[in-house]
Amino acid sequence: MKTRCLLFLALPLVAAVTIAARASAEGQTPTPAQRPAATAAPAGNAENGKKLFTSYGCYECHGREAQGSTATGPRLGPRPLAFAALSKYVRQPTGQMPPYTSKVVSDADLADIYAFLQARPQPPALDSIPLLKPLINR
Amino acid sequence: MKAFKDKTMSKNLSVDRRGFLKSAAVTGAAALISGAGAAGESAAQQSGPAGSGTAPTLPREVDPSGEVDVLTTDRPGGDFMVDVIKKLNIDYVAANPGSSFRGIHESIVNYGGNKAPEFITCCHEESSVAMAHGYYKIEGKPMAVLCHGTVGLQHASMGIYNAYCDRVPVYVLAGNTIDATMRRPGVEWDHSVQDAAAMVRDYTKWDDLPASLPHFAESAVRAYKIAMTPPMMPVLVVIDGGLQEDPISPEIKARLRIPRLTLTSPPQGDSAAVAEAARLLANAVNPVIVADRAARTSAGMKQLIELAETLQAPVVDQGGRMNFPSRHPLNHTDGGRALIANADVILGLELTDFWGTVDAFRDSLVRSSRAIIKTGTKLISITAGDLYVKGNYQDFQRYPEVDLAIAADAEATLPSLIEAVKRQINADRKRVLQERGGKLADTHHRAFDRSRADAAYAWDASPISTARLSAELWAQIKNEDWSLVSEMGGVSRWPMRLWTFDKYYQFIGGSGGAGVGYGAPASVGAALANKKYGRLSVSIQNDGDFMYAPGVWWTAAHHQIPLLAVMHNNRAYHQEVMHLQRMAGRHNRGITRASIGTTIESPNIDYAKVAQGFGVHAEGPITDPKELGPAIKRAVEIVKRGEPALIDVVTQPR
Repeated sequence: MKTRCLLFLALPLVAAVTIAARASAEGQTPTPAQRPAATAAPAGNAENGKKLFTSYGCYECHGREAQGSTATGPRLGPRPLAFAALSKYVRQPTGQMPPYTSKVVSDADLADIYAFLQARPQPPALDSIPLLKPLINR
Repeated sequence: MKAFKDKTMSKNLSVDRRGFLKSAAVTGAAALISGAGAAGESAAQQSGPAGSGTAPTLPREVDPSGEVDVLTTDRPGGDFMVDVIKKLNIDYVAANPGSSFRGIHESIVNYGGNKAPEFITCCHEESSVAMAHGYYKIEGKPMAVLCHGTVGLQHASMGIYNAYCDRVPVYVLAGNTIDATMRRPGVEWDHSVQDAAAMVRDYTKWDDLPASLPHFAESAVRAYKIAMTPPMMPVLVVIDGGLQEDPISPEIKARLRIPRLTLTSPPQGDSAAVAEAARLLANAVNPVIVADRAARTSAGMKQLIELAETLQAPVVDQGGRMNFPSRHPLNHTDGGRALIANADVILGLELTDFWGTVDAFRDSLVRSSRAIIKTGTKLISITAGDLYVKGNYQDFQRYPEVDLAIAADAEATLPSLIEAVKRQINADRKRVLQERGGKLADTHHRAFDRSRADAAYAWDASPISTARLSAELWAQIKNEDWSLVSEMGGVSRWPMRLWTFDKYYQFIGGSGGAGVGYGAPASVGAALANKKYGRLSVSIQNDGDFMYAPGVWWTAAHHQIPLLAVMHNNRAYHQEVMHLQRMAGRHNRGITRASIGTTIESPNIDYAKVAQGFGVHAEGPITDPKELGPAIKRAVEIVKRGEPALIDVVTQPR
């Protein structure tokens, strides 16, 4: 019988992006308001980006909707970091995320993924979700 | 008649079964074993070399056939073993049946009336042990496990290792047949071993092979005492088949007694060291309390609350036990790393990995590490782990360079530490600490708000987000007396971030050794313990874990163990998907094949159908988040009737 080691929480595997990666590993996922605005983003195909986000495994740590996880990788959309910062981190990550060179993720692919991240819908308003209303008295 | 005795048998192991039968003074003892009796003596006289002085060579025994007239006994040794187990107040014994313990098995169900202990039928020994593991987490006392000789204990070994790493007592009894001449030909030889405990000795705290029933009684009580002394761990007593099955002779009967059990008081910290810890903590500007397996009981949780409130210090709960209420203003598990980085004093209570708490490790092509704490930060460790360390298995982690190491049980030491801290705090200091506490409360509330906001992302996604799953589950159980009997790492700890945990039994911590396959049986075992308290046991069941030994769902149905299992079915061994992706990225090639060998697709497993096949109410797979709440609600009603229920939910990876 095979036994594997699950390293929940102990192994933050950040599969793309940023300063936010480090913040997330510390349990401090930046809110969208804290993130720099997306500037100078190249034109990309969001539909193809969605496919690449899955086939390249970005979803593994960041979720299929790029919603992020405190255990594995931060939220990437709907307001991603500036493309230049994202691209730099993908190529040369400084945290736990593995590197993705242009050999395996081309600049064009990255642009499509970025378009997908930008296209993520805003979450429903918190007040519209009864299950997420505060449940305690302070 | 002199009973035949195999020369190869240890004289210390008085388990000669013919000897037992002879000394039992049963009727017709002289004809007990006809072949080895008259025929044996006759053959010896014939075959021994005259005047040689060597031992006579006995002939091969022959079929006893019709000359045997003693075929029954009213008082086998297994009955006394049951007396001992009852005296130890063990309520359940989990086992997959095996002939090497058929004697005690029969004594349990007939002589013992199948009550305290009740025999819990398991489909795999790993399930038996993990059930006992989960049971202890709720009940605070061991469940016994019976393992078949060799193969059963081999199956059980991973579960035993998990319990060892998790410092949980499991009371393992393993059958064996020591006397080679008494083994049935064939399989019984395959299921016998010289030193049964050898295969698990590296990760059990103590073991023994009793040679007599009085010896069994003493070892059984000793094993219980050792298992329950912090650091708690599994123990193993090997029970010989002859001891279980043979009649209790008058000679042995006269010696039978069950020793009194007096549990060892848990070791408390040295008073001078505790005073120094209190001085450091009370005078710290930014102290942090980190707890892993700190609270052994609900009392430990209350004490940790008192310590934190006395110091107005944040608590980072690493989740080895239910240490600290999730919504307490001083709970700073989220954001804990930043607090640790800024701390001047860190108190670690029963930490599995103190080094990893204060250091960062980068899993890159060149592995590297760095301290995340400031120079001069004082580290205080209180752990019973320092009192018992073995060398082979490496669960002890990197060596932590602490300033004050108190080798003691944290829970037992907390009362004296609290009193020592109080002596250090005057009115002025108290005002300062209260101001610090106010700021920490604000930070805690902001973190909770941030968790709610984070949970809204991918709220309507399919596969269903783990936040949505956790919120939907919480909505259905929050007004019940609930108990989460599973880990939550696979769902990004959302329950701890969204729910209100404030009772000790509401969380059972982790597996210890991260051996997959622990989850389902541990949750069933914990649910068994919760049953008598009328609690609603709830688990978040990982798909990969489900498939290790799914027969445990039959056990839950058969024994009517109420448990609501909501599946986190991401259709993968997802941790391994990420590991493979890491390798692919690092090796700069093929990053699209991480699913090979790591996913559980094509075909997708219909877990609901599997569970239904075991007699469990089940629904799913559910992919539409809107269908989840009603399905859980229906399942809760089933569970409240006293049955297990499972909802298969197709989820996001984490």
